[in-house]
Amino acid sequence: MADTPKPEKTARINHIPPLMKGWMDTPVEIKPGIYCYGAKPKNTKAVGMPYPKEWNPTDDDWQLPENWKDIIDEGLRDRRDKYRSMKLFMDICVRCGACADKCHFFIGSGDPKNMPVLRAELFRSVYRKKFTLGGKIFGKFAGARDLDEDVLKEWWYYLYQCTECRRCSIFCPYGIDTAEVTILGRELTNLVGLNIDWIAGPVANCNRTGNHLGIQPHAYIDMLDFFVDEIEDITGLRMEPDINRKGAEILFVTPSGDVFADPGTFTAMGYLMLFHYLKSLGLDITWSTYASEGGNFGFFTSHEMAKRLNAKMYSEAERLGVKWILGGECGHMWRVINQYMDTFNGPPDFMEEPVSPITGTKFKNANATKLVHIVEFTADLMKHNKLKLDKSRNDHLKVTFHDSCNTARAMGFLEEPRYVLNNVCNNFYEMPPNTIREQTFCCGSGSGLNAGENMEVRMRGGLPRANAVKYVHEKFGVNMLSCICAIDRAVLPNSMDYWVPGVDVCGLHELVANALVFEGEKKRTLDLRAEYLPGMEDEEDV
Amino acid sequence: MSIKQQLIEKKDLIIKTWRSALLGSYPEATQRFLIREKDQFANPVGQSIHKNISGIYHALIEDEDFDTVSSNLEEIIKIRAVQDFIPSDALLFIFQLKSIIRSSLDFKSIGNSSVNELNSLDVRIDELALKAFDIYSMCRQKLYEIRVNEVQNQVGSLLKRANLTVEIPD
Ligand code: SF4
Ligand code: SF4
Repeated sequence: MADTPKPEKTARINHIPPLMKGWMDTPVEIKPGIYCYGAKPKNTKAVGMPYPKEWNPTDDDWQLPENWKDIIDEGLRDRRDKYRSMKLFMDICVRCGACADKCHFFIGSGDPKNMPVLRAELFRSVYRKKFTLGGKIFGKFAGARDLDEDVLKEWWYYLYQCTECRRCSIFCPYGIDTAEVTILGRELTNLVGLNIDWIAGPVANCNRTGNHLGIQPHAYIDMLDFFVDEIEDITGLRMEPDINRKGAEILFVTPSGDVFADPGTFTAMGYLMLFHYLKSLGLDITWSTYASEGGNFGFFTSHEMAKRLNAKMYSEAERLGVKWILGGECGHMWRVINQYMDTFNGPPDFMEEPVSPITGTKFKNANATKLVHIVEFTADLMKHNKLKLDKSRNDHLKVTFHDSCNTARAMGFLEEPRYVLNNVCNNFYEMPPNTIREQTFCCGSGSGLNAGENMEVRMRGGLPRANAVKYVHEKFGVNMLSCICAIDRAVLPNSMDYWVPGVDVCGLHELVANALVFEGEKKRTLDLRAEYLPGMEDEEDV
Repeated sequence: MSIKQQLIEKKDLIIKTWRSALLGSYPEATQRFLIREKDQFANPVGQSIHKNISGIYHALIEDEDFDTVSSNLEEIIKIRAVQDFIPSDALLFIFQLKSIIRSSLDFKSIGNSSVNELNSLDVRIDELALKAFDIYSMCRQKLYEIRVNEVQNQVGSLLKRANLTVEIPD
C-alpha cells in the first residue's frame, strides 16, 4: 500500500504528472490484477515446453536458465530469418502513431506502454540493437537497448496485455500487425520457460484429452445427453445426435466451452436442434468426443504448439472418414484455420470440397482446409429458404452483435452473421460504426487472457466494447449481446456485469434454434434458457 | 458577490481546472489523447471525464441531492477502480475540488457570511467524497464477486467434482 496522501497532495491544483521521461526510463512493475499466474510445471512438462518450473511473476528471481540471453538471441535470429513479416514489422515502423490510440488496452488503461507502437517498441528496441547498424552504434539515441532481465520482464508483462486482436493493424499505413509481434514475442518468452498457466493448462489438457478442460469422452456424451433432455422439455422432441460415427459425411467440431459452460451451452443446444431439423433433409453429421475442441490455445504459446493441436482434429476427420468438417461458433479457431492450417498441416487431401448436402452450395472458399464455419452454412440454408423460422419467438430480446476480432478481421466474416440475425429476430440494433465490423473492439480477454487473476486488465480491455453496448442499451433497450465466439460467450457476461448490467450474452445459434419451427413440436412456450417466450407467460408448460 | 454567485459565474473555469486536475493523474502521453479525441466510442475515458465532471459540479452548486449524480460519479469511479490507481489516488480528484474552488474565489468581494458558506461547501464536498468511497468499494467488491462467480460458473469445476474430468496428474 502506498502512503496516505499528504495535505499538499490533496491541495495540488495543477497536478503536473511526472513527465514521461522516455518510456525506456519507466521501469516495469508487475501488478496484481494485471498479470496471469505462471504455468505449473506439470502442464509445461506434459507437452515438452522448455524449462518447466514453479514460478511466480512477482518474485525477483524468475529462475531463468543460465544461458537465457543466448536462447532468446537465437530465437530472435531464427524467427527473423523464418518470417519475412517479422523482419518487415521490425524495420518499417516510422512511429507515426496512427495505431497508438486504437488498442482497447490503451484506451481502457491509459498506460502508454499499451499503445501498440510502444508495445512493439519494447521488442523492437532490442531487435534494433542486435540487428541494425544504427542501433549498434547509437544505442539509446536510436531507440535501441540491450536485453536484460528487466527488459525481459517488461516484455512479458506487456505481451500478456495484448489479446492479439489486430485492431491496431487496420489503422497502420503499412499494415504492421502488432498481434504478430506479440505472437512471436510470446514464443520467445516461452523458450525460456515463462508461460502462463491459463494457457499452459488448456494446452496440456487438449494435447492429452482432446479439449481444453480435460473432459473425457463419456463426460462429453453425458453433457450432450443432458442437452437432449433439456431440448425435449422445451420442444417435446428428442434429438438423436451421432457421436464418433465412422463414415458420416461431415464431422462437427466446436469449442468445448460451448458444451461445458453457460451461456455457450445454449448455443450447443442450438447446434443439436439445427442438425436434427436438417436430418430429414439429408444432413449426415457426427460429433466427436476426441476432436472435442475447436479452439486452439496452442496458438497463444507458439506456432509449433498450435500446429500440434490443430493436427488432432484433422486426424479425427481422417479416422472417421468424413468428407469435410463443419466448425462451431469460435473466434481464434478460425484464425488458426483460415490463416495457418494450410501451412501447418495441409492440404487435407483425404477430404473433399465441402458441399452443403441441403442446398448443394459449394464452399469453394473452404477448399484448402475443408472446414466450413457454421454461420456461413446456416446463412446459406436461410438464403435457400430451407428453414422455417418464427422470428417473433425472439421478440423478448433486443439484440446487438459483437464482431469477434478473429472472424471479423482475420476472416472478413461480416455479412453472414448479420444475415442470420436478421432472419431470426425482429429487433437487431447495430453498435456505432467505429466499434463494429473491421473496427470491432476486442472483448478484452482473448488470446488466453481470460484467467481470473487478471480481472482488472480484462475489465480495462473490455471497456471500449462495453461502452458501445451501453450506448445501444440506453438508446434502444438492447438486452442481448450476440456473438460467434466461445471466448466472447465466456467473458462478455462478466464485462457486462461490471460495465452494463442488464445485458446478457448469447451465441447466434441459440437465437436460430429459438426461432426454428419443427414439424410435430409441442407448442413452444419457453426459449432455450427455459424462460417464457413473449406472450406465453400465462401458459402452463406441459 | 456571494460564494454561490461566484461558483455559478466561474463555473466554466472551475470545471475546466477540475477536469485538468483529474486528467493530470494520467501519464502525459495519455492526457494528450484523453483531451484530443472527442469521439465517445474511441475515447470512453476522456469523454466520461468530460461529461461527468460538469454533471457533478452542477449538482454541487445547485444544491441538488447527490443521489442525482450517483451515475456521474459511478461512471468515473468505475473506470478508475480498475486502472493503475491506489484507492487514494483514484478518489483524489474529489478532494482537489476544495483547493480548486478556493483558488478561484475572489475573497475580497465576499461578505462576512463567507466563512459559513465556505464551511457548508466543504461539508457538501465531504459528502460527495463519502459517496465516492461507497461507490469505489462497491466497484471493487463487484470485481471480486465477478472473479468468484466466474470460477463457480465454470461448469468444468462441477465436472471435476463429479470426477468426470482427468487433469494432468501432479
Ligand atoms: S501505425 Fe504503423 S508505422 Fe505508425 S507507429 Fe503504428 S505500427 Fe508504426
Ligand atoms: S493486437 Fe490488439 S491488443 Fe494487441 S496491441 Fe494491437 S490493438 Fe492492442
